[in-house]
Amino acid sequence: MALTGLEIYKHLPKTNCKDCGFPTCLAFAMKMAAKQVSLDKCPHVTPEAKAALESAARPPIQLVTIGADAQELKIGNETQLYRHEEKFYRPTLLAVRVWDTLEPTALSARLEAIAGLTFERVGTKVGVELVAVDNASGDAARFESLARQAVEVTGRPAVLMSAKADNLQRAARALSGKRPLLYISDPQQALAAAAVAKAENCPLAVRAESLEALAELTSKIAATGLEQIVIDPGARGLKGTLEALTRIRRAALKNFRPLGYPAIAFTTAATPLLQVVEASTYVAKYAAIVVTDLIERWQLLPVLATRQDIFTDPQKPVAVQPKLYTVGEVGAESPVLVTTNFSLTYYSVEGEVEASRVPAYILSVDTEGTSVLTAWASDKFNASTITKALKASGIEERVAHRKLILPGLVAVLSAGVEDESGWLVQIGPKEASGISSYLKNQWKN
Amino acid sequence: MSIPEVKEKWSARVSEVTIGATPAQGGTRARTVTIGGAGGIPFLSFDGALPHPPAIAIDVLDKQPVGWPKPLEEVYGDVWADPVQWARRAKELGADLINLRLTGIHPDEGDWPPSKAVEIVKAVLEAVDLPLIVWGCDFPEKDQRVMPKVAEAAQGERCLLGAVSQTEYRTLTAAAQAYGHTLIAASPCDINIAKQVNILVTDMGFPLSDIVIYPSTAALGYGMEYIYSILERGRLAALSGDKLMAQPVILDVGFEAWRVKEARADEEMADAWGPLAYRGPAWEAVTATDLLQGGADLLIMRHPEAIRAVREAVGQLMQGDGK
Repeated sequence: MALTGLEIYKHLPKTNCKDCGFPTCLAFAMKMAAKQVSLDKCPHVTPEAKAALESAARPPIQLVTIGADAQELKIGNETQLYRHEEKFYRPTLLAVRVWDTLEPTALSARLEAIAGLTFERVGTKVGVELVAVDNASGDAARFESLARQAVEVTGRPAVLMSAKADNLQRAARALSGKRPLLYISDPQQALAAAAVAKAENCPLAVRAESLEALAELTSKIAATGLEQIVIDPGARGLKGTLEALTRIRRAALKNFRPLGYPAIAFTTAATPLLQVVEASTYVAKYAAIVVTDLIERWQLLPVLATRQDIFTDPQKPVAVQPKLYTVGEVGAESPVLVTTNFSLTYYSVEGEVEASRVPAYILSVDTEGTSVLTAWASDKFNASTITKALKASGIEERVAHRKLILPGLVAVLSAGVEDESGWLVQIGPKEASGISSYLKNQWKN
Repeated sequence: MSIPEVKEKWSARVSEVTIGATPAQGGTRARTVTIGGAGGIPFLSFDGALPHPPAIAIDVLDKQPVGWPKPLEEVYGDVWADPVQWARRAKELGADLINLRLTGIHPDEGDWPPSKAVEIVKAVLEAVDLPLIVWGCDFPEKDQRVMPKVAEAAQGERCLLGAVSQTEYRTLTAAAQAYGHTLIAASPCDINIAKQVNILVTDMGFPLSDIVIYPSTAALGYGMEYIYSILERGRLAALSGDKLMAQPVILDVGFEAWRVKEARADEEMADAWGPLAYRGPAWEAVTATDLLQGGADLLIMRHPEAIRAVREAVGQLMQGDGK
């Protein structure tokens, strides 16, 4: 947890020497608490105080880096149990698994499929970030060769999974400089794997049979100086995994250091749809990495959509690009609906227009991502912003008429819009749910 | 190494609502469905018991739907012209309740008289012995004429009637109260309005214990997170003792999931997103299971594959819980 200014002040020299650039030690402490200045600005702080402050300032969940250079991915540093309290910061990484026991043709096909797991959804590119290479054979040479091939074909950083520390070392060396995540499945070999991870400058994921055993293990590994740790509570199945992930997050946020690491979860259900449900649930409920066997596009799309939704910043309204959209085969006589660029508002309108099956234009006015009433109240949705968007959209070249449909909630704007734009205003329904019926039955050009 | 106790100290539980009435209780249902009662964050046995698994109601329309995508047409196309046949199909598919939508009474959709709605409700009640949810058409003037008649015709069956809102609540509340039904209280993704509706309805003398909250619903990928957070906030409030947020929650999952592009676009998106036959049910299933993690007690659903997946997931999540 973050320290208060007074807690920080206790550890400072209290000499008010001003060498840090602040008038007093207390002022410096306050700035530090606000994260506006770092401790290294104080030249006189004792090593003991420095150690105490740094360990207290460590975030409750360790930040871990996987991959290198342009492919660097970060997990951890989460601070909340519920997204509405602030937000979830670092979207869960998805890893699709391949096994070094697969036949060469099946293997190539699977790697090619993983390479293509990128999607375009609501204007954003989303996809699978990692390839999980499973040393199912137990053979070091096969593992090493697949590690190279997997990273090369998929173009993604790897999670190297083995029960043997020696095999991890061999595969990690083959990927030197690429910073794969090493995953040691045998707890007995975890310390040996930690030495490998340190030597190869890689993060390490460890597994144990219980949270208690896991806490013990991470403490031992941290004592060797390796802090880039990811934890697998060992539980499998929806229930056990959900409970373990929640316990880990809650304990970490209570500043229990031995579980203060990002967690890795595995989908294991018997049917693909259940694995989709599993993966989505772990994304929503605190997993930093989900390793899955899923590979079909219909299977991964809902998981990726879950991630997009859950990791949206709840404080920040989500906006669509303010512009002219079309639904269906529009023509010169198609209706023109005006709305805001708050994504929920826009997609509600778009959904209803689609449902009506009346081809239409939707003009999304830039209201800084706020809804109709909020934008109206803050004067971002008014006669002049609507007129400006209308003129800039090019709609006047696309339709023969000059009639626009205004949301019923802002009927009060109609006279102003008519005066400024020269368009005739028709008052649409107050709720998006009425649009479909309005277009089908009431709207007339 | 011992790890810290992480169970939260909750001071209250979600209330329970029972829908339907058996002959012994003055109705004709074969059994009742009780929802709610959660004493902790969903599906965490260490946090608090969940006495009842989330229930699933299957959608039945009073007349043939327009624009339902192919995966749904394959399941219901042969029965959807007849609500009675459709309700029987819903029961075969394992519904806990029937969710009947009166769409044909809407002035734009047929403008059927109250008598026709009553006839359909009675026929469905007669044909299928599951507890019944009935929604009006969301056109207040018409619902005010129809729903009291429906409530009267179903007297004693303890249906769940929807929906009252901040602006339209008097007629339906009075009807539910007069004929012994439970009520859906709707609010547009807003906790304060949800509370306000509960206050308005209970001010009329309707018991808080017979209310189910409908906080509105959004599909996966289309604002689902707003509902997710409303559910989480509502549940945290309920567990912390806020009596006006302690009611169980109903979500309209099928309706929302099946109208988004991911559950409708067919051939044109098959290469990019995979076949609709799998993608559609997956969209509905994941919308449901994601929102269940937020905290929901009754789901309205459509596709049997999605329903099966939700049932299986709930079965696993409830291990060690329930009765």
